[in-house]
Amino acid sequence: MEIQRDNRRFKEIVRGRIKENLRKYITHGEMIGRKGRDLVSIPVPQLDVPKFRFGKNGSGGVGQGDGKVGDPVGQPGDGDGGQGGAGSEPGSGHLLEVDVSLEELAEMLGDELELPRIQPKGSATIEAEKSKYNSIRQTGPESLRHRRRTYLRALRRQISTGNYEVDDPRVVPIRADHQYRSWNEVPLPQVNAVAIYLMDVSGSMTDEQKQIVRTEAFWIDAWLAKQYHGVERRYIIHDAVAKEVDEHTFYHTRESGGTRISSAYKEAAELIARDLPVDQWNIYCFQFSDGDNWGDDNRRAFELLAERILPAVNLFCYGQVESPYGSGDFLDAIEKEFGNHEAVVTSEIADRDGIYESIRTFLGKGR
Amino acid sequence: MSATLGNLTPELAALQVEIEEYARGHGLDFFPTIFELIDADELNVIASRGGFPTRYPHWRFGMEYEQLSKSYSYGLSKIYEMVINNNPCYAYLMRSNDTIDQKLVMAHVYGHCDFFKNNACFAPTDRKMMDTMANHGTRVSRYIDEVGLEPVEQFIDACLSLEELIDIHSPFIQRRERPDRYNFQDRDRDDAARTGSPRYRSKDYMDSFINPRSAVGGLNDRDVEAAEADAPQQFPERPERDVLLFLLQHAPLSAWQADVLSIIRDEAYYFAPQAQTKIMNEGWASYWHSTIMIRQGLNASEVIHYCDHHSGTLASSPTQLNPYKLGIELFRDIESRWNRGAFGREYDDCDDHQTRREWDRQAGLGRDKIFEVRKIHNDLTFIDEFLTLDFVREQRLFQFGYNTDAETYEIESREFPKVKRQLLEMLTNRGRPIIEVTDGNYKNRGELYLCHQFSGVEVKLDEAADTLENLHKLWKRPVHLQTIVDGETAVLSFDGSSHEAQRGDPIDVADDSEDHA
Repeated sequence: MEIQRDNRRFKEIVRGRIKENLRKYITHGEMIGRKGRDLVSIPVPQLDVPKFRFGKNGSGGVGQGDGKVGDPVGQPGDGDGGQGGAGSEPGSGHLLEVDVSLEELAEMLGDELELPRIQPKGSATIEAEKSKYNSIRQTGPESLRHRRRTYLRALRRQISTGNYEVDDPRVVPIRADHQYRSWNEVPLPQVNAVAIYLMDVSGSMTDEQKQIVRTEAFWIDAWLAKQYHGVERRYIIHDAVAKEVDEHTFYHTRESGGTRISSAYKEAAELIARDLPVDQWNIYCFQFSDGDNWGDDNRRAFELLAERILPAVNLFCYGQVESPYGSGDFLDAIEKEFGNHEAVVTSEIADRDGIYESIRTFLGKGR
Repeated sequence: MSATLGNLTPELAALQVEIEEYARGHGLDFFPTIFELIDADELNVIASRGGFPTRYPHWRFGMEYEQLSKSYSYGLSKIYEMVINNNPCYAYLMRSNDTIDQKLVMAHVYGHCDFFKNNACFAPTDRKMMDTMANHGTRVSRYIDEVGLEPVEQFIDACLSLEELIDIHSPFIQRRERPDRYNFQDRDRDDAARTGSPRYRSKDYMDSFINPRSAVGGLNDRDVEAAEADAPQQFPERPERDVLLFLLQHAPLSAWQADVLSIIRDEAYYFAPQAQTKIMNEGWASYWHSTIMIRQGLNASEVIHYCDHHSGTLASSPTQLNPYKLGIELFRDIESRWNRGAFGREYDDCDDHQTRREWDRQAGLGRDKIFEVRKIHNDLTFIDEFLTLDFVREQRLFQFGYNTDAETYEIESREFPKVKRQLLEMLTNRGRPIIEVTDGNYKNRGELYLCHQFSGVEVKLDEAADTLENLHKLWKRPVHLQTIVDGETAVLSFDGSSHEAQRGDPIDVADDSEDHA
């Protein structure tokens, strides 16, 4: 229908707007509301055609009801229907919530940052079975009965046996007419991807830094999920000791202890060895820290990294979030040690605006 | 003569006959009315196009649809009734509504149809708008095929930005001397001198077909200059409030652009009376649905349901005056006053509240009076004439405004003159600033100079700057808007690349607008 065409065009324009402002959305992750598994809703400024209108100083009106002079009334426009007061049109604060699928958002991210497609490691050797309802059977549960086909079969039977009367077109299906939807198992090649997030939760990481990590992780997830049709996420936090946690704990834990990065590497290495056979998984490691580490721990950490993690992963990303407390030495150390390693990427995120470049650095390798 | 051409079920068709009979019995006079029974989604589709099933393609309708269908599916809003000013009138009934709702809607619709047919504001409107809109759609689609979607869309956006700059009174007033319909000589000579291409003799209404713009050619700069030599000092002679017409006649538009602009202008004129008579129109329709339903339409089992919906329709909120409510109450007030004879010199001079309340001369003129009112008034004159002190008190109307200190809206006054003044201001020129072309050859450089007739309220500057950009897309030379900012005359200008605002101290409006460009 024609309205679909207009609606499609409207959505194209909205997508255009989102793309234009993508940088803003990337740096301010909280603007994006998550809606179920696959959708996010994004506030877009109302796409109104500009007109000559009255401004704010004319925004008054006439109302009806009780109240003394000086009593506050709600915002004009709260009620539905009715006459808008002169100049009481909603101003720039009026936002349009647009639903966009994560996949589409990732697509835009890819276009905007010119990210290369990821070449999955290994071949798609693993096959998952998926049920598809694409066939018909004579038997089955009533809930799956295919009414149209059943009707057609009954009609055909009645016509062929001469029981169909044009003046009294009743069609009564009998047991043998019943048709049911049925499924087939379709083998689907599947490539698995997992993102392991490591974060320093020692006292020197503040909420602001965690918010940056969270925003960045959202976009990384979106991109990986698009490339691999879904991505599994694992979270490890550490101070002087490390443990695997769920997403909520990951972002909300705050410890006060010291920092021993090797503990996190050990935990990650164990996780990989235990759950993630290297030949079946594309493994991505993202470590966020303020760059503080106990001096003598670096050597042990790098040993673990080189021997047990790097051989297993597609990519190891180290993001250093600038913090008022951290020394930030770890970045130099890791660059010195692994600067030439093809699987290691590092970036420094000074503030929210740094997220954009950091994502580009991390995902720009196309691994 | 009953119009059962729609796709109504037999039950609803019977209802329509019944309600139509009641409406006629009360003296309502309407075009044949066709009810279409449609699903919620179709209703949203049609509503998003302003009530017309076929219009020109534009993303704005898609946006409207998105909002309507979303808000419907979340149960936040539901459209009860929609009726189109057309002959025959088209009205839509939502399939999922109860019978009682359908009855109520039908009665309401007949009120609107009567209003469309009889109110003076609607007299000049196109009564075949259903077809005209479809034709507009075809024309715009053809231009899209010819020159591509984006240019046409951008041009429509620019035109829509200016669509309210029409002269709502012009259908009723002869603003300029019409060129003698049968005297072609002057025009021939002018045209020949200007473009050199022949122009065929034609009557006024055929002119656009016999001498299409594309053949005669639009104006170019040289032509403008040539024409100016023997033009009067002022151009336009008098300030022109129909800015769209002025652009149509004088802006350097290509043939398709001129046609698109004329489409937007025609539709703006078609919709203008509905904005001018919102309170009266809804009040009149509500008056009649309640009269018909209460006197005849309802059976005992439906009363509660009816009351629920009727009161929902008339509910008012502190910050939003409900036109249904204000309209119906005013009509009832007028009816009661004229029934009692409570009007005229003697009544106006009476100062005693009690006497006025109990005033009853058994005049019995109420019904006739409201029929007369619905014929000759629009909202502005309606409020001006019939909003009385007693009415404002009784309805507990107040005037509110923005308190910058408290950052909230608060009740400013319950005084009758202030309330009335606020209402009248809101209704003047449909609540839009009055803007006219005062000079089409500003600085003798073909620049366009618009003037805002300041009435106490300033225009929104950032949006005005964006609108000037759109105006520039049509005029293609620098454009200016003279208005008042902070009590000083200010001229906002856009020359195609940058904004400028001149007044005592320069102010910066360009900042905001650059982002939107």
